[in-house]
Amino acid sequence: MNESIDSQWHRVAKTDEVLDDEPKAVQVGNDYIALYRLEDKFYATDDICTHEFASLAEGFVDGDCIECPLHAGKFHIPTGKAMTAPVTEDIRTYPVKVEGDEIFINLSKA
Amino acid sequence: MNQATFVVIGAGQAGGRAVEAMRAAGFSGRILLVGSEAYVPYERPPLSKKLLTGDTEIETTYLQDPSFYDDQRIEMRLSVDAVAIDREARTLELSSGETLVYDKLLLTTGARVRKLSIPGADLPGVHYLRSMDESLAIRERLVAGARLVVVGGGFIGLEAASAARTRGCEVVILEAADRILNRVVAPEISRFYEDLHRANGVDIRTGVKLLEFTGDGKVEAVVCEGGVTCPADFVIVGIGVEADSGLAEVAGLAVDNGIVVDAYGQTSDEHIYAAGDVANQPNELLGRRLRLESWQNAQNQAIAVARVMCGGTEPHQELPWFWSDQYGLNLQMVGLPESWDQIVIRGEMASHKFTAFYLRDQLVVGANALNNPRDIRFTRMLMEQGARPDPVALADPNIPLKSLLEA
Repeated sequence: MNESIDSQWHRVAKTDEVLDDEPKAVQVGNDYIALYRLEDKFYATDDICTHEFASLAEGFVDGDCIECPLHAGKFHIPTGKAMTAPVTEDIRTYPVKVEGDEIFINLSKA
Repeated sequence: MNQATFVVIGAGQAGGRAVEAMRAAGFSGRILLVGSEAYVPYERPPLSKKLLTGDTEIETTYLQDPSFYDDQRIEMRLSVDAVAIDREARTLELSSGETLVYDKLLLTTGARVRKLSIPGADLPGVHYLRSMDESLAIRERLVAGARLVVVGGGFIGLEAASAARTRGCEVVILEAADRILNRVVAPEISRFYEDLHRANGVDIRTGVKLLEFTGDGKVEAVVCEGGVTCPADFVIVGIGVEADSGLAEVAGLAVDNGIVVDAYGQTSDEHIYAAGDVANQPNELLGRRLRLESWQNAQNQAIAVARVMCGGTEPHQELPWFWSDQYGLNLQMVGLPESWDQIVIRGEMASHKFTAFYLRDQLVVGANALNNPRDIRFTRMLMEQGARPDPVALADPNIPLKSLLEA
C-alpha cells in the first residue's frame, strides 16, 4: 500500500465479521464507528446515537436503515440521515473500501 | 386548511412531537402549544434515571432546541393552564386570561400522579416524581447516607431507588402487593428485580400496608401496619398515574379511563383529537382498547394523530413497547399480556442477558428482554405474524429468532 496516499485509510475489520443483521462496532482512535453490510456492499457511520448514548451496531437493520437499540430512532445507513423520531440530528458517514477480505474506512473524508 | 389554527394543550412529549409532525406534514397555518410547565417539550424517561443521578442535564431531555419553536412559527404558551373549552364557539380559555380560537384542538394533557391520602401525606419531604421540577427537587436530596423510603415497587419507584443507591443513599422500598412490578411483568421477572435491588443494598418489603407519615414539620418516618416504622429523611411515592382528562370531561367529551378516541385519535367531537397518556384508543393488534402511559405511545400516537389532523388517512397501530434502566441494565418489554400459560427464558438470567417470552397456547403475546434489545425487535415481528414458535427453539440462544419468523 502506498502510505502517502492511503495513510487516512484504516483497516477495521474482515468482511466476514460484518453480517447483514449484525453490524459491527469498531474503534479508531477516539472514534466509535459502526460497519454495515447491505446486499454485499459495506458502509460505515458513527456508532453512537445522537439521541442518547447507545451503540447503533447493537441495533436492528431495517431495509437500508439502522434502528437504535434503545429508543428505535432510525438513521439511513448510506447517508446518515436521521429518519424518524426521536432522532433529529444526523450521524456522520465515512468512505469504505474493501481489499480482498479486509474493510478499510477513511475518517478524513467525513 | 393552511389558514387554519391548530391548538395543542399539553406541552409534554406528545404535544411536542405533534406540533413537529404538523409542520413536517406541510401545515402552514397557526399552531399554538399550551403547557402548564415552564419548559419546552421534554422527554420524561431521564427524570427517574440519568437526570436524577446528575449524569445528564435538563437541556438533553428537550425534544428540540428551544429556538426550534420560533423557527417553525409554533407559538408557545408555557406556565399556562387551559381552563375551559367552549366547543360551540371553538375557543379555549387560558389561566392567563387569553382566549384562543381553534379550528382543530389536540389534547395531550397526559397523566397526573396518584396521591396518597394517609395522614402526613402532605408533610414536606414527601415527593412525587412526574415533572422536571419534581425530579430536580429529588436530585438535591440524593446525597450519600440520606435515608430514602420509596413507596411503590413499580418502575418509577425502582428507577428512583437505583438512582438513589448510585448516589449512596440508604433505600427501603415498600410495596403493597406480594411482589414488585406485579402489574407489568411475570413473577419470574419480579423476582429477578427483587434480587437485583437486594444485591445492590436495597431493603425491599412486600405486602406492606402504609398507615401514616410522621414527623415534626417534615417527614421523619413511615409507619406501616404491624408496628413497623421506617425512619426516612425523605420519601418518594410512585403508585401510578391517572389520565388528566378533567378538561375534556367538563367539556362533555366521552371519557372512560382517559379520553375516548377512535383509531385516528378523534374524540367524540370531530374538531377535537387526543393523544398520549390521556387517550384511550382501540388497538387492533391486541384486540382491546388501551390507554398507554409510555414514551413510545406519547411520541408515535401523537405523530400519527397530528398527521390525521393535517389530512392524513393512516390510523395509529402499534404493539406497546416500554423500557426501564436500573443499575446499568436495560430492560425492554413488548406487548402487554393480560394472561399467559408459559414463560420461556432464552439465555441465563444470572448472566444479565436474557429474554423472557410470554406464551399463550404457544402464541407469543409478549417478551421482556434484559440487555437484549434486538430480541425485542424480532419478538415484535413474531407477534405481528401471530407466530407460535417451538418453545424449545425459543429457549435456545443458538437458534436465531429470525429463523423462527415466517418468510
